[in-house]
Amino acid sequence: MSWGETLTQIRAIAWRSLVRTARQPAQVVPAITFPLFLFAINAAGLDAAAGLPDFPAPDYLTFILAVPFIQAGIFAVSGVGADLARDIESGFLDRLALTPLSRTALVSGQIAGTMALGIVQGIIFVAVGLAAGATLDTGVTGALVLIALVVAIVFAFGLIGVTAAFKFGNGEAVQGLFPVLFVFLFLSTMALPRDLLTNDWFRVIATYNPVSYLLDGIRSLFYGGWDAEALALAFGCAAAIAAVFLPLAIRTLNTRVVRT
Amino acid sequence: MSARSRSVALGVAWRGLHTFFHNPTLVVPSVMFPLFFFTAFAGGLANVSNVPGFDFPENYTTFQFVFVLLQASAFGGVFTGFAVARDFEAGIGRRMMLAAPNRRAILAGYALVAMGRAMFVWLLLTTVAVIAGIQVGGGAIDLFGLYGLALLLNLSALMWAAGIALRFRSIQAGPLMQTPVFLIVFLAPVYVPLDLLTGWVKAVASVNPITPIVEAGRDFISGAPVDALLAYGAVLALLVVLGTWALRGLSRAEAAGG
Repeated sequence: MSWGETLTQIRAIAWRSLVRTARQPAQVVPAITFPLFLFAINAAGLDAAAGLPDFPAPDYLTFILAVPFIQAGIFAVSGVGADLARDIESGFLDRLALTPLSRTALVSGQIAGTMALGIVQGIIFVAVGLAAGATLDTGVTGALVLIALVVAIVFAFGLIGVTAAFKFGNGEAVQGLFPVLFVFLFLSTMALPRDLLTNDWFRVIATYNPVSYLLDGIRSLFYGGWDAEALALAFGCAAAIAAVFLPLAIRTLNTRVVRT
Repeated sequence: MSARSRSVALGVAWRGLHTFFHNPTLVVPSVMFPLFFFTAFAGGLANVSNVPGFDFPENYTTFQFVFVLLQASAFGGVFTGFAVARDFEAGIGRRMMLAAPNRRAILAGYALVAMGRAMFVWLLLTTVAVIAGIQVGGGAIDLFGLYGLALLLNLSALMWAAGIALRFRSIQAGPLMQTPVFLIVFLAPVYVPLDLLTGWVKAVASVNPITPIVEAGRDFISGAPVDALLAYGAVLALLVVLGTWALRGLSRAEAAGG
């Protein structure tokens, strides 16, 4: 199959995914409001933490603003995974499998709607953060890089949802991943920077947790000026997650198609 | 309560606890979530106790233990509300109503379930907290005061969730049971004492009935002077109001035929 044909297929599946996401307010609204609610509570509740010696950000609000962008990725897992699980449960995937559609097109196209939602989430989170008083040292260019990073995160996390949907084949099991991914977020540098984590065991976990590097990359755009290393690590972590889960998603899809 | 009603309440309680303890999908989240919150908050935010003005006399692990204990108790009540909704959705509620001469006994049975579930979580959470190094400055009576608050909060949250469950009689009402409890609990002084909160959260926390409960819980465990009257007054007021709400829900369920 030529690249042109594959792109046409991706476009068709992606359009379906986009329309489906846009038509599900129950999926879109919580994915925007829940991260903003947690942002508001944490920013105000932990405002005093900015008074700690060597706290790197100008205020806690700017520091914690990175978290909603990671939550966009977590919502991508359940969003894309639940949609795909519904396709499996309704038999739509089986019908697609009878067509000459390429596996890559099927997997990549499914995430398009969630990636579009990721862009909307990114724009809203930046706008709300700035309106609430956060700073964005890297300016408009930084905001564009931030949106690109959010799209990369949503794509990488979305692949986890796709893999889970192909593996389990039901929406309930995919939804069960939501709290698991929250564990990764909470056991990272979400609430305090690594240097200010006083418990050694927690610092070790946060250091080996890729979510910490995604947060560092996002934060580097908000304060401290351009930091190529932090950005490279953030994009690198997103790419690494995608590199692990894209082949895994295709493999689980093949297994499912053979089984059905 | 008559012997017949007591028998109904104990029957509902046995069934609810049996279902809970024999179903890993119910037990695991009930235990894992509090432990996870405790680990994340106490481990990741320990340095917050060095913020100027942070005056809690014991360590930060202890400070967070009280919050997580109360939060787990509240959510134990909400999760029992899920069981009420599931039972009525499946038609078991209707059959229980046919068998019970006084239907309030059914609600009493669910209250026993909520308490049993909460005590199981307390046991595990407290064990982990002791291993993690909580410092208890209060005496036995103080600890009794703390766990008493947790128990009453557990029952209050159950009454809220049961009121919803009995009106909707469907598990689809789950978010309606859970979200307000999540909001009210997290709008209390979670990470720092009330005095260190600023802005809108301080304004909300100052009038939040959960705030005196959380603050009294922390005073109980540290052995500091505690405004027990305010805390117990707040939680008892919640229990009376939400208990009335649940009883009215029971009447609605009766009128609808279960």
